[in-house]
Amino acid sequence: MKRFSVLFLLVLFGVGVRAQEKPAAVEASGKKEASSAGGSAASEEARVKALEEQVRSLVEQVALLRGELSALRDTKTDAPRPKEHLLLASSHIEPGTLASVTTTTAATVAPAAATPATTVASMVPEPAASPASPQVAQTQTFGGATSNAKLLNPDISLIGDFIGTAGRNTISPSRSLELHESEVGMQAIIDPYARADAFISFGETGVNVEEGYVTFTALPAGLLLKVGKMRAEFGKVNTIHNHALPFIDRPLATNNLVGGEDGIDDAGISLSRFLPAPKNWFFQGTAQVYRGDSSDVFTANQRQDVSAVGHLRLYRDLGESTNIDLGGSYARGHNNAGVGTTFNPDNFITNLYGADATLRWKPLRRAIYHSFMFRTELFWSARDQLSPANIFQTQHAFGMYSSAEYRANRRWTIGGRFDRSGRATNANLTDSGFSGILTYWPSEFSQIRGQYRYGHLWDITNARYTDANEFLFQFLFVMGAHGAHPF
Amino acid sequence: MRNSKLYTRCIALVATLALLCATCQLPASAESKLNIMTATTDLASLAQEIGGDKVEVQSVARGYQDPHFVEAKPSFLLKLRKADLLIVVGLELEIGWLPPLITQSTNPKIQVGAPGYFDASRYAKILEIPTGVVTRAEGDVHPLGNPHYWLDPENGLRIAKGIQNKLSEMRPNYASYFAQRFDDFERRIKQADEKWLAEMKPYAGRKIVTYHRSWPNFAEHFHLDVVGYVEPRPGIPPSPQHTVELIGLMKRDGVKVIAVEPYFDLKTPNAVARDTGGKVVVLMPSVGGEKEITDYFRLFDYDIAKLKQAFDEAK
Repeated sequence: MKRFSVLFLLVLFGVGVRAQEKPAAVEASGKKEASSAGGSAASEEARVKALEEQVRSLVEQVALLRGELSALRDTKTDAPRPKEHLLLASSHIEPGTLASVTTTTAATVAPAAATPATTVASMVPEPAASPASPQVAQTQTFGGATSNAKLLNPDISLIGDFIGTAGRNTISPSRSLELHESEVGMQAIIDPYARADAFISFGETGVNVEEGYVTFTALPAGLLLKVGKMRAEFGKVNTIHNHALPFIDRPLATNNLVGGEDGIDDAGISLSRFLPAPKNWFFQGTAQVYRGDSSDVFTANQRQDVSAVGHLRLYRDLGESTNIDLGGSYARGHNNAGVGTTFNPDNFITNLYGADATLRWKPLRRAIYHSFMFRTELFWSARDQLSPANIFQTQHAFGMYSSAEYRANRRWTIGGRFDRSGRATNANLTDSGFSGILTYWPSEFSQIRGQYRYGHLWDITNARYTDANEFLFQFLFVMGAHGAHPF
Repeated sequence: MRNSKLYTRCIALVATLALLCATCQLPASAESKLNIMTATTDLASLAQEIGGDKVEVQSVARGYQDPHFVEAKPSFLLKLRKADLLIVVGLELEIGWLPPLITQSTNPKIQVGAPGYFDASRYAKILEIPTGVVTRAEGDVHPLGNPHYWLDPENGLRIAKGIQNKLSEMRPNYASYFAQRFDDFERRIKQADEKWLAEMKPYAGRKIVTYHRSWPNFAEHFHLDVVGYVEPRPGIPPSPQHTVELIGLMKRDGVKVIAVEPYFDLKTPNAVARDTGGKVVVLMPSVGGEKEITDYFRLFDYDIAKLKQAFDEAK
């Protein structure tokens, strides 16, 4: 019985290591063992013991090799695929079908490779030098614990966003203290053709899928297709998640014209592509179609009321530390101004135009200590609605903000923003304000911020302008997977 | 009426885009130069050693840049979208910037797992793989091990072997060319390594302090003993308390050399050096950190010369 198991294990081992160069040798050594069984009992016992020892080490090595083989399969190299299941079933080795892993391990460079694999090679009779699949051999002894650490789970992160507000604001008061949002992010590669990103925010008022989309990365002709719920590619600030904003709040223009905190965030399809451009210019076009429901900007009264967003982005490095980023955006969709009136709701359209410019400076040698960013965005809104006298009209409102941000050292960032915006429903009313912000970074994974905000806002109920002076503070904390830094 | 108008506009938008796609140029023919992008300059240098004149190599990060904090600039996309092969350091070194670049590159060849995606860490000997519970209480830890593994010539050779195989797989016609270039590289690096080891031999076992944990592979290969770090934890800026502790440690152990990467502020290291009578030396972790460091060989030449000088001066 023992001898059989010895034989079987030997063959198994042979299969496991795929020492195909001299397949006959394995069988020969097996036969030799079988014939030597006729010797004296004492010497046989010693022999069996020695064999047992050998088998034990072989079993270990086979297990090791198996593990490495399966790890190899993940590497997706074009090295010969192991066919161990098939071979195990038949317990038979086809010469020349598989490359020799052991011999190549011994033959490859790796000077410090004092590994079990080398020992295995020395035990295999007449190891022939083989040029085949050294890449396979290389991976056996080195490399990180990549496969074990993550398995197939998505990268999961949670970003907590705690905001406190003090001061006076009668127009749009916010709560004194709130866990404004806890955003759970889940990101993974779906298959060789796509990846998916989901960001679910748990706010004070409920749960909301902020974004959830699949990105097809392997399309022909350089197309990038995204399908799902997304923040629309309308300008810059609309695409940024709350926790990644350079300020605690969003600019007045966003709140007045582009849907407030959620912005244009809707279910739809996005297609983008690099466009031909002069050398060293990056030029990208994006076209998106959405259902047409985005906070108070767009409302789909019927199925056909889809909204469309188009965006062009032009970028250029002005040196290794400075760059300029320009964008133009257009969005069009239906609004709810005609609902419940004698007019046809289909005729009420909102057109939005946007332009953005960003100048960034970050010296590469001191990237973690100093950087500067200046950004301006302009928004124009043309909203069809009914005047108080019930006459069809289009309100043309304009809004803008300019902000600057400077990283003074590794832990402190200061910034300022100027705001000015008309109201989408009444372009004659213009709110304005400014903010100053100070951010402290204990580490890359948390931020503590304080922001002073002044607002000169129109008070509708009292029909006059009123001043808002507020102090906001925020604690941001990231747990879990290390997300990409926004650019 | 307006609905149909809106529809047509949407369709027109998509159609315009499709048209633009149609006008785009197709990828170059199979036997042209292989277009290789690498995450760091060291990998670029190794790829160039093996690829010779059959490849065109460019690195995303510069040699004097902190490879953890590269910005995902769109200008990189212009290069990535034309790449046939992307060589990355891996071990989550580039996690803060490379994934969005790969996705947005719209280049199917270099997507994670595609044949044109090459993770060099799979071929290298990795140190400092954390065991037990891994939390960020230890700072910005790399759960998969220390990603600065290229600073060991033996790892350079292993990676070069991996690159040779990858290039031969992508351009089978030139397999013998790549093999010959690898053999040549192997001969040269072994020769150089002997020289480097001999140069470092008098300093074997010397204790040093480094700013970040960039040097475990280097220290292991050249028999140096890294006893402390200027950063209290990886990715956490120096704190007064830790600096005091570090000064105490250096005085106790007689540590005289503080190695700093070119992208870190020298204020704290200089202060520590003043207090301990030590010497600050800016070592380059990557090719291109200084103009004269034009390839993988010069990188070690430079660092070893600097280290020797620092050891001698700090006596």
